[in-house]
Amino acid sequence: MRFLVNGQPVEVDVDVRTSLLDLLRDHLELHGSKKGCNQGACGACTVLVDGERILSCLALAVQYQGKEITTIEGLEEDGHLHPLQEAFIRHDGFQCGYCTPGQICSAIGMVAEAKRGMPSHVTRNPGGEFVKLDRDEVRERMSGNLCRCGAYNGIVDAISEVYLEAE
Amino acid sequence: MNPFTYERAEQAEDAVRLGSAQGAKFLGGGTNLVDLMRETIERPESLVDVTGLSAEIEERADGGLRIGAAARNSAVAEHRAVRSRYPALSRALLAGASGQIRNMATVGGNILQRTRCAYFYDDDGSRCNKRDPGQGCDAIDGFNRMHAILGASTSCVATHPSDMCVALAALDALIHLRSKRGERVVPLTEFHRLPGETPQVETVLEPGELIVAVELPANPIAQRSTYRKVRDRASYAFALVSVAAALDVEGGMVKDVRLALGGVAHKPWRAFRAEAALRGKEATAENFRAAAGAELIEAKPLGYNAFKIELAARTITAVLRELVEGAQ
Repeated sequence: MRFLVNGQPVEVDVDVRTSLLDLLRDHLELHGSKKGCNQGACGACTVLVDGERILSCLALAVQYQGKEITTIEGLEEDGHLHPLQEAFIRHDGFQCGYCTPGQICSAIGMVAEAKRGMPSHVTRNPGGEFVKLDRDEVRERMSGNLCRCGAYNGIVDAISEVYLEAE
Repeated sequence: MNPFTYERAEQAEDAVRLGSAQGAKFLGGGTNLVDLMRETIERPESLVDVTGLSAEIEERADGGLRIGAAARNSAVAEHRAVRSRYPALSRALLAGASGQIRNMATVGGNILQRTRCAYFYDDDGSRCNKRDPGQGCDAIDGFNRMHAILGASTSCVATHPSDMCVALAALDALIHLRSKRGERVVPLTEFHRLPGETPQVETVLEPGELIVAVELPANPIAQRSTYRKVRDRASYAFALVSVAAALDVEGGMVKDVRLALGGVAHKPWRAFRAEAALRGKEATAENFRAAAGAELIEAKPLGYNAFKIELAARTITAVLRELVEGAQ
């Protein structure tokens, strides 16, 4: 199977039962994406596939051949952390850090969805042209990422600083 | 997870040929099937990946929409024509699962997802007629807060978990099916089955038959539709009760109405009785409440879910009032 992982072409020979998460962690030594529940409930395994956020634990790797996969390891540029990674540090967007890679990948995918006009469950006029992200929108759109330390306020602060206040 | 072979279908014709093999299952986004395979509740011998088949959302000349079964839930929810002409469908999709899962899950897979009854999932410790036919049901006398109040049987009290299907039921959606014998069309309201004595048979699909598309007929009433979901958390939880409704009021009278309930039955529950009770009546809260009562008269509570009957009645009334107020 061939993939483009964090900009690098990779070729691996794995069983078709292998999830995308296990491919990343066990075969490509990318341990940033976490296995929390392994059943699609916690979001710790969130990665970006062609820019869209998905749960890598429920994804069979075989279905994602040829796709561009971005994990937390692929977000830095020239040795500098992604602005959202910096903001998570500034705002204490974590305690133990286990959910953090998933939170950050999810937030990046989430912002791209909102930018192209995707409404959410709390959008007042889902038929409207534009969506303005606010803290309620962020909370709703990030509800698939659990944080058992309860660092939600810091997480929303970090996302808000990078993506809301800049607008 | 048991071993299986994997093949990706490029054409519907190939999919139905590969899917007719013994032990074959179609694979969409995998968000439910992969989980069930990991629990060895599903044990397919071969998977036929159908995510490469039509995902097109096509606006038809008659004003309806045809949605390819491989369309992702998020793509349908954000489609401009869905949001403007079938708002209940967009709202239902956005009330379901999480952003990540909506990006993976297909329309066909959403329709075919299986119940989240905890006893169905508990292969090691619980009896379940859906998982192991004839074994018995531990939900009936168990913790059945999430379970059915309408159309259940002594074999099974599970609910269908989809939000999308509740909107599709209210909007008169048609399911386009394809098999080696050809194509046929089934209304969504007749696609899922009530449990009866065979709760393991959940739909009218024949072995090897594939959902290829969902058709939404043109109907102006759909523009004034909405979806409300009542759940234990504000987000990312299955419905206790949900309501999809569309309402056409003229001169204070109900000219036409569509109503469907989620979280209450083994299938998305189209409330035909309530609709009949409302047509031609004054659009008042009292009449909405009476119509809800007409639908729920046969509701049967289990040990822990009697609250759902009153919750359903109140949610129906509230949603219809919201549609009346929105039209003013």
